[in-house]
Amino acid sequence: MSYYAGEYDVAVIGAGHAGIEAALASARLGCSTALFTINLDWVGNMPCNPSIGGTAKGHLVRELDALGGQMGKAADATTLQIRMLNRGKGPAVHSLRAQIDRRAYSGYMKHAVELEPSLDVKQAEITNIEKQDDGWKLTTMLGAEYTVKAVILATGTFLGGKIFVGEVNFQSGPDGTFAATELSKSLKKLNLPLRRFKTGTPARVDKASINFDALDIQEGDAEVYPFSFSTEQNAVENKVVCHISYTNEKTKEIILKNLHRSPLFSGQIEGVGPRYCPSIEDKIVRFADKERHQLFIEPCGENTEEMYLQGMSSSLPEDVQIQIYRSIKGLENVKIMRNAYAIEYDCIDPLALEPTLEVKGHSGLYGAGQFNGSSGYEEAAVQGFVAGVNAAHKILGKEPFVLTRESSYIGTLIDDLVTKGCSDPYRMMTSRSEYRLLLRQDNADERLMQKGYELGLVDKQTYDDFLARMKQTHTEIERLEQTYVGPGDKINKMLSEKGTTELSAGASLADLIRRPQISYDDLAEFDKDRPTLCHAVKEKLEIHIKYEGYIKRQELKVKEQIRLEKTLIPDGLDYSKIEGLRLEAREKLAKVNPKSIGQASRISGVTPADVSVLLIVLEKINRKGENNQ
Amino acid sequence: MKTIAAIITPLGMGGIGTVRISGPDAFAVADRVFKNQNGKKIADAKGYTALFGKSYNNESLVDETVALVFKEPKSFTGEDSVELSVHGGSFVVKELLNAVLSAGARLAEPGEFTKRAFLNGKIDLTQAESVMGIITANSHQDLKMQQNLKEGAVSKKIGAIKNELILLAANIAAYSDYPDEDLPETRIENLEAQLKFAKSELHNLIANYNAGAVLKEGIKTVIAGKPNVGKSTLMNMLSGYERSIVTDIPGTTRDVIEQTVMLGEIPLKLYDTAGLHESDDTVENVGIKRAKECIDSAQLVLAVFDGSKPLEKEDKELLDSLKDVSKIAIINKTDMGTVVDEKDFDGIICVKTSAKLSEGYDKLVKAVAKISGTDRLNPDSIILGTLRQKECAQDALGSINLALDTMQSGFTIDAVGVCIDEALEYMLALTGERVTNEVTNEVFRRFCVGK
Repeated sequence: MSYYAGEYDVAVIGAGHAGIEAALASARLGCSTALFTINLDWVGNMPCNPSIGGTAKGHLVRELDALGGQMGKAADATTLQIRMLNRGKGPAVHSLRAQIDRRAYSGYMKHAVELEPSLDVKQAEITNIEKQDDGWKLTTMLGAEYTVKAVILATGTFLGGKIFVGEVNFQSGPDGTFAATELSKSLKKLNLPLRRFKTGTPARVDKASINFDALDIQEGDAEVYPFSFSTEQNAVENKVVCHISYTNEKTKEIILKNLHRSPLFSGQIEGVGPRYCPSIEDKIVRFADKERHQLFIEPCGENTEEMYLQGMSSSLPEDVQIQIYRSIKGLENVKIMRNAYAIEYDCIDPLALEPTLEVKGHSGLYGAGQFNGSSGYEEAAVQGFVAGVNAAHKILGKEPFVLTRESSYIGTLIDDLVTKGCSDPYRMMTSRSEYRLLLRQDNADERLMQKGYELGLVDKQTYDDFLARMKQTHTEIERLEQTYVGPGDKINKMLSEKGTTELSAGASLADLIRRPQISYDDLAEFDKDRPTLCHAVKEKLEIHIKYEGYIKRQELKVKEQIRLEKTLIPDGLDYSKIEGLRLEAREKLAKVNPKSIGQASRISGVTPADVSVLLIVLEKINRKGENNQ
Repeated sequence: MKTIAAIITPLGMGGIGTVRISGPDAFAVADRVFKNQNGKKIADAKGYTALFGKSYNNESLVDETVALVFKEPKSFTGEDSVELSVHGGSFVVKELLNAVLSAGARLAEPGEFTKRAFLNGKIDLTQAESVMGIITANSHQDLKMQQNLKEGAVSKKIGAIKNELILLAANIAAYSDYPDEDLPETRIENLEAQLKFAKSELHNLIANYNAGAVLKEGIKTVIAGKPNVGKSTLMNMLSGYERSIVTDIPGTTRDVIEQTVMLGEIPLKLYDTAGLHESDDTVENVGIKRAKECIDSAQLVLAVFDGSKPLEKEDKELLDSLKDVSKIAIINKTDMGTVVDEKDFDGIICVKTSAKLSEGYDKLVKAVAKISGTDRLNPDSIILGTLRQKECAQDALGSINLALDTMQSGFTIDAVGVCIDEALEYMLALTGERVTNEVTNEVFRRFCVGK
């Protein structure tokens, strides 16, 4: 029995990290929005590691925050420990990573979506979606029917979810939830190119059963910085420590002896797992000559004794898991509270998506997060945001919202997905960006906050604060360029102590900061008139001055690339009729349907010779246009 | 698409000169210029046929002509084409081209035939580039190198450098993207050594290219020396026949005489200059001034000295003035005995000759090969084929140098990584694995009018 249950502008299926941002963005842009979840107690759950950020992922969170997303604020409010990774390796690769109280995070997010006007949060499993004349019809398992203008699929590992623990496997979502099994069928009816991916998680163990005396401690940073540009610096603090241990020969022995019991190696799992986040048995097999693998022992929250064993995910049987963990120093008597498992799920080939994350040929249907083939909470959240904004913009008759590669990691992530596709769950890394020195975590606001404000998702106060920071930064850089210090014993002593050459003539303060060895703070005593500046501004101006030459080189590169991005390919170009294109290139181009020469040149299987042919075809078309005028 | 035409054989060389006409009106244009002896029209001829007749510029006869007819798409460009061949010699061929142009064709832009061939799917970009290399190959060794290029020896070498850079970039990426992965720091410590390796490999490639360019383009060489040391006799020895006026009155050669001769594998563009000495003779003074200008712009100076006498003031002044110039000292007139003090030529490559008796030629060949770097090129040397490729290699080298600087001055690894990425991109542009507007335009710009 079914009944009509109402209508919305936008329906978001799944209330994980992608679904939350999608629903909030859509509702905040003025669209009536419904957020469906299989279990309301698991909104914003972290079924894998209890942490947010990490290399490149930290960048994504900062970028999302600059655009007006929620994740950064939620992480700041529930941080247990925070570290800036890659200190000493340069500003391009600095990344924040925070241990998070996972239940607190989930509670924060649940409340945030509940409080949002124009957003209804509903516990219901969507079992069917169907195209209608001017939108979509959604049906729940209990027979409620909703009509909506746009649907955002943010189904994560729920869609066709299947858990594997050794010889045992069963249909399930993450963390003991129900899987969404019916929805896959209706997506297949729509002829969406679905595929199976897999991921996994390690065991959670009882804190009291760990011998911490035997382990190295990993502390949080002495000086802490929040994710969000609107969080006060002193609002986050370190509350816990993590610990480090290593696998050993015995661990390896146990794994190799029991490999035949792994569903991964016996062939039961058909899904493709993430290369960048392998299970421990995968690591042992693939890197056979490595003596030991590092693992981190991380608290799951302030009010729980559950500890997460990062780096030790596994799909081996439970009895083997116990042996593996107990072979490790400090874990000799460890008690497992939740076992490790692998989970397989349905997702789409992202080549079927537009850069707006709308499914090609299915107007009003969007995908985000793991459904699009990515891995990670942060990757999911940013896609949710972009899909949410685009669904709303389409309904409101506004321009599509597409971020370019040179603007952000978000743009890079989506361009990679929809242009190159992915053969395993896609994880963001700093090396994915060719503009690393421009796309830093410290300048995410410079790059994106203007856009966030124009979208209407960044409030006036936050935006004004940003403008003030920028003004302070530029004024101070100018002052540093024009303020000179003469050679003196004191300053020369400092310079030689820092390992750089002494002054023989006067130099501007900026010139001194250009030296890699000298920081802004080092010059404080030689620069009595300096204003009092917050950390963010100091960091900005220092990077700006020090890396100016390199930044300019990257900016030149961007300019060159933009010319290719601006060479647009007319919609509906018939690649099968273009002489000189290789067969593979014709197929790939037709499938991806690139918007520009720049995008075409990034498609795997399209060679530069093919691109040259395209360039010439475009020239031909342009000339024809001119001749006809 | 306009009908275009151009001379497709090198001017002034060979017995036949050819003008190609290509485009939709190719047959009509050709028929306005070419008259078959039997009155047959080119437009009525089948593809792949040859017609004999005469061509005319307006009413005046240009020359006897063979017309080769190609029908779309079976031609080089893929369009209707006619190739009109006349007897060589630049005047006749140019006259034929003028006739064709006034009959309605437009002069082809550099590379336009190839561009059209490419456009019509007849050839791909890399083929186009190697076709160009083979057409312009000058000497045997150059041809061999172009073939090497085509056969992929160069690609292999470039590939090796590229892979080295990829490895470097990957190490930095792993180091930065997996801070918690317990990776050995030593990989980063090796960075400098690896960068230096890539640097020296690229450096060699560029040096080889420069030597290769010598084979292809020749060296502008000036024969200098005070009057009557045997400059003109030397030039005659090199060119094999009497070109300069040789007398024993000082100051016979009053102007600069130009000639290209092959010295071994190397084309020398020889300039014989007026004897360098102070003179009251006005005409001769003009010659001396031009001689000095010539030396300033020369790539190589053959400084000739009379070995049968001790060096004089003017000889020493000449040596002084050549301090920063690439040069070979020719100690001439060995047939009259050698009294010159060799200490005066410390650190300079010297060749003893008797130009009069044609002795010392082989030694000179070796010395020139050595000084131009072509001696360490063997036909299997890895040489980049085009200036475009060399420029890419140079840009890559620039980025690697910057990476080394960045590292040595204590900057962070992310800045080093950015420089390595940049070097890698130039290498990809070199191999044609990365396309930019510039690359495509540049490739076409560099195609000469022929082919």
